[in-house]
Amino acid sequence: MKIITDKSIPHTATLSLVQQKVIASLRHRQRKETWFRRLGYSAVLISLALVAILFANIFSKGLPAFWQSAITLDIYFDPQIIAISAKPERRADELTADYQQRFLAWQTEVGFINFNRLITDSLQKLVPDGTKHKRDLARLVTSGERFALRDMVVAEPSIIGQTRRLNLLTDANIDVWLKGNIDRSLPDEQQQLSANMRDWVDALAANGVIKNRFSLALFMNADSRSSLASAGLAGAFMGSFYMMLVVIFLAVPMAVGAAIYLEEFAPRNKLTDLVEVNINNLAAVPSIVFGLLGASVLIGWFNLPMSAPIVGGLVLSLMTLPTVIIATRSTLKAIPPSIRQAALGLGASKMQSIFHHVLPLAIPGILTGAILGVAQALGETAPLLLIGMKSFVASVPASPLEQASALPVQIYLWQGNELRNFFEARTSAAIIVLLMMMLSLNGVAIWLRRKYQRHW
Amino acid sequence: MTNSAPIKISAKDVAVFYGNNQALHGISMDVYQNEVIAFIGPSGCGKSTFLRCMNRMNDTIEHCRVTGSILLDNQDIHQPELDVVQLRAQVGMVFQKPNPFPKSIYENIAYGPKLHGLAARKADLDDIVESSLRRAGLWNEVKDRLDQPGTGLSGGQQQRLCIARTIAVSPEVILMDEPCSALDPIATLIIEELIDELKQNFTIVMVTHNMQQAARISDRTAFFHLGNLIELGNTNDLFTNPKLKRTEDYITGRYG
Amino acid sequence: MSNLSLILVLLLVMALGYQFGLVRSRNVAKSQLNVPMHSRSHHYGMLVALWAALPAFIILLLWLLLAPTVINSMLLSAVPIDVTSLKADELRVMLQRISNLAGNFGVVADAEPWERAAAVHLRQLKANSTIVLSALMAVIVAIGMLVSLYSITPKLKARQQIERVVKVLLILCSAVAVLTTIGIVLSMVGETLKFFSYIPPTEFFFGTSWNPRFSTVGTQQQGSFGLLPLLAGTTLIAGIAMLVAIPLGLMVAVYLAEYASLRFRNIAKPLIEVLAGIPTIVYGFFALVSVGPFLRDLGAALGLNINATSALTAGVVMGIMIIPFISSLSDDILTQVPKAMRDGSLGLGATKSETILKVVLPAALPGIVGAVLLAASRAIGETMIVVLAAGNSPALTANPFEAVSTVTVTIVNQLTGDNDFSSPQSLVAFALGLTLFVITLLLNVMALVIVRKYREQYE
Repeated sequence: MKIITDKSIPHTATLSLVQQKVIASLRHRQRKETWFRRLGYSAVLISLALVAILFANIFSKGLPAFWQSAITLDIYFDPQIIAISAKPERRADELTADYQQRFLAWQTEVGFINFNRLITDSLQKLVPDGTKHKRDLARLVTSGERFALRDMVVAEPSIIGQTRRLNLLTDANIDVWLKGNIDRSLPDEQQQLSANMRDWVDALAANGVIKNRFSLALFMNADSRSSLASAGLAGAFMGSFYMMLVVIFLAVPMAVGAAIYLEEFAPRNKLTDLVEVNINNLAAVPSIVFGLLGASVLIGWFNLPMSAPIVGGLVLSLMTLPTVIIATRSTLKAIPPSIRQAALGLGASKMQSIFHHVLPLAIPGILTGAILGVAQALGETAPLLLIGMKSFVASVPASPLEQASALPVQIYLWQGNELRNFFEARTSAAIIVLLMMMLSLNGVAIWLRRKYQRHW
Repeated sequence: MTNSAPIKISAKDVAVFYGNNQALHGISMDVYQNEVIAFIGPSGCGKSTFLRCMNRMNDTIEHCRVTGSILLDNQDIHQPELDVVQLRAQVGMVFQKPNPFPKSIYENIAYGPKLHGLAARKADLDDIVESSLRRAGLWNEVKDRLDQPGTGLSGGQQQRLCIARTIAVSPEVILMDEPCSALDPIATLIIEELIDELKQNFTIVMVTHNMQQAARISDRTAFFHLGNLIELGNTNDLFTNPKLKRTEDYITGRYG
Repeated sequence: MSNLSLILVLLLVMALGYQFGLVRSRNVAKSQLNVPMHSRSHHYGMLVALWAALPAFIILLLWLLLAPTVINSMLLSAVPIDVTSLKADELRVMLQRISNLAGNFGVVADAEPWERAAAVHLRQLKANSTIVLSALMAVIVAIGMLVSLYSITPKLKARQQIERVVKVLLILCSAVAVLTTIGIVLSMVGETLKFFSYIPPTEFFFGTSWNPRFSTVGTQQQGSFGLLPLLAGTTLIAGIAMLVAIPLGLMVAVYLAEYASLRFRNIAKPLIEVLAGIPTIVYGFFALVSVGPFLRDLGAALGLNINATSALTAGVVMGIMIIPFISSLSDDILTQVPKAMRDGSLGLGATKSETILKVVLPAALPGIVGAVLLAASRAIGETMIVVLAAGNSPALTANPFEAVSTVTVTIVNQLTGDNDFSSPQSLVAFALGLTLFVITLLLNVMALVIVRKYREQYE
């Protein structure tokens, strides 16, 4: 036997020179092999760890922000404070315009009411020494909540004179204080809350008046700068929603049409070659360049409104177009020519063979590509900044033509807010919402691919 | 060919499974030193699979399982302490399609010796490259362009390059998996002459789908069918006087 | 009628036209039993629907495109002041005031009587325009529908006509992709030329200082618009990113393609690719809030002075983002290296790592270079990570621990500030964008050519 292991070295004498050399090199080479293999394995592990760290980091920061401290108050809708005339009723013989005028006048009247008084009156019962520090008392509840009270009165005037138990959001700084996101040992001048406020809050939290409650505001409200605790994602969400509608109804059909033409009809020549190179290249153009295109062409030449989801949607559509074209083309390419020939052989026209036979088979692949394109568009930020979507919008847009923000832009705006202690968590929460949406889109795409994948 | 030559490889009950499919059913045979043995049979009969067992090339295929024993010089090639590198240095292989590396002709030949540390100095390496190319009958054709890519040679030259590459490691056995199937008749003839010369120094096991080739160059021939070894005997006997009906049907062209 | 309702009516017209065409073609078929119809009846339906709606739709689009200009010029001719003496800005302000008045919005300062009159006139013009448009569309719909209905005969090649129209639509779809590129190039070249009318190209391309100042009316000082500090920052960050991503991504690809079992590969590959799907703003936030402070503390522990927002922070996080680009592309490339090549090497007794390092990787090198170039172009064009984490300080430095600025960051800064859109401070964004576009274009084309050649080699 000339194949010798390390243990059987004594046999060396019978080995050929070549084999002795091979054996001599073995130990060294095996060590290198193991080392290389471990290197690859650790690269995979490091990459997986990075995914894990990223998610753990965002989730540990963001999850607490889905709950937010709220104070439970018995609000007495005091008729002396809410001294207003009756809500106008529409008279049968009245013109719409006249009724609206009367209603507006009434709303203005409501707007002058000091709803903060309702809150401070109720708070005084809970905080005995509150009367001495009226301004601190008013700062316990975030300023946006007075509009919530106003809206209740407008919606239901009969509430005047009644007492309701309500959960009102506390000021953002109180949330920060109670969650321990600020160093409690800092000296007074560095604390956001005055000393007596901190004592009240701790006492109220101890006896359960202030509690951590699931934050509906995060989902139901638009962004806010005056009342930070009630800043929410609803406006950004609707903005993103409108933009995705534009992408779905504009980019996807157009991309599919282009892919069908290029893959099935276009003659193979220099020109189509150029178009193909162009599309491949367009898919790799930095997204910010599309933003510049939007700023100069859509806003500069066509005078479309700044900050509108329709413009954002158009820009994102142009950006997504090449991605979906490439995905659709590769799906069409994978469908064997025999299917087309079978249809043509039965007397179908080329158009019919494609629309009746090829396209239905390609739909799962096209959908996968389209979903991935939409997901990419959903997470895009840079081009939107250039078409004015960076501006602060305090309302939920009612149509794609109104000013709006978008989820990723909202994240960008929130991370820049001065109240870092509060907004770091809130931004992470917004990221979790965005990531969840993207992951579910990707999940749907993977599911579609697994379910309908065919091998020809 | 006399059977007095020592046994180089001895296979016992070798079976191969791809997942749940059994590709080979209990093959046993001996290969003698310095003979040329040819495996013939219709495609998918397991002849290549069996060949690849002899230097454990089947290890590279996922879900492939080999049972039974193969002894090389009386040592089991599957024993865990044996490094497959050592085995393959001893049992070289030439493949169906010429597969030179995308490197220069020189580097193609020098690759193996460098890996195994066979040449201490550049001059030694040059010697190995030259002698390997000479033995493969390629030296005169390529000696002026050793630095050119091996992929630039003709198909037949590429295959001889691959043979030279294998010789350069000084193996004892050379496995050839249909080495001429991708070549034209003239190139085939050259390779066949080469094999005839090589058997002085090497034991050669070759798979071929071409019965005339087996008849021309092999000492013994084994006929495989559906994963079984049907008949094994001296080439002359097998082709002129097959013992079994199935072998006769195949070599007379009734199926295959 | 609003444009939306006009489109809805057109859809209704299409449905009606389809129905009419269907019925009509069946009647024709019944009346001429001896002559077979060329196409199926639903083809005739579609044809009528197309003829009824398509021309009207084109008119609608043209109208929407042209009407505002026409209305404006009509309005201006009726305004009692000398329009030609106004500057472009003043003209725009005046038109905006009138249109605000017409739309019942408020204007700054009290409106003058002639402005009110113009507003009334504008409202009238707009109303007229809508009426004319609606009437025109109605006529065209009627003509289209009637002509197509009466042209239905057994000989009419309805299917061919529809297919021709569909084909034109498909061609238009493909044209959009080309038009986008042309749009990008033309718009950016145009704005860049405007920028070069303020700042000479040499000063832009070879200037070593970036300090554009704010544009205020009447300031003569333009500030300095040197590209080099931005380009240096971009290169520095992209370089750091590639230093992180190439070794990791390549080793991941090698392990997954050559060593990993199918099961492990099927789990690990999509998980790593999750990194590619995460929005860049998330990476930016991660870099700003977590990686930056971590690196700063790490630096402090090692006695290094690392800024929390620095080229290093942005580069490392960008590298993480790019890992899956390199690993996926390289994985594709590696699996395309033929198995025969590996067998040849293994058959000579090479170990797996020797085979990978000496045969597979060299054979795959061109493809991998292509993948790296694509990734580099991605890194250079990346915006949000650098906006948040690079520190935005346009200094010419090679120190990765310092804050830098990049081309993309500057584009965002210059266009989202309060600069006048036609000032060099804003226009420079387009010059920067064009530079970025050209650089990434070169990288992409190079990568595409290399990868395509590589694929052909093994096909």
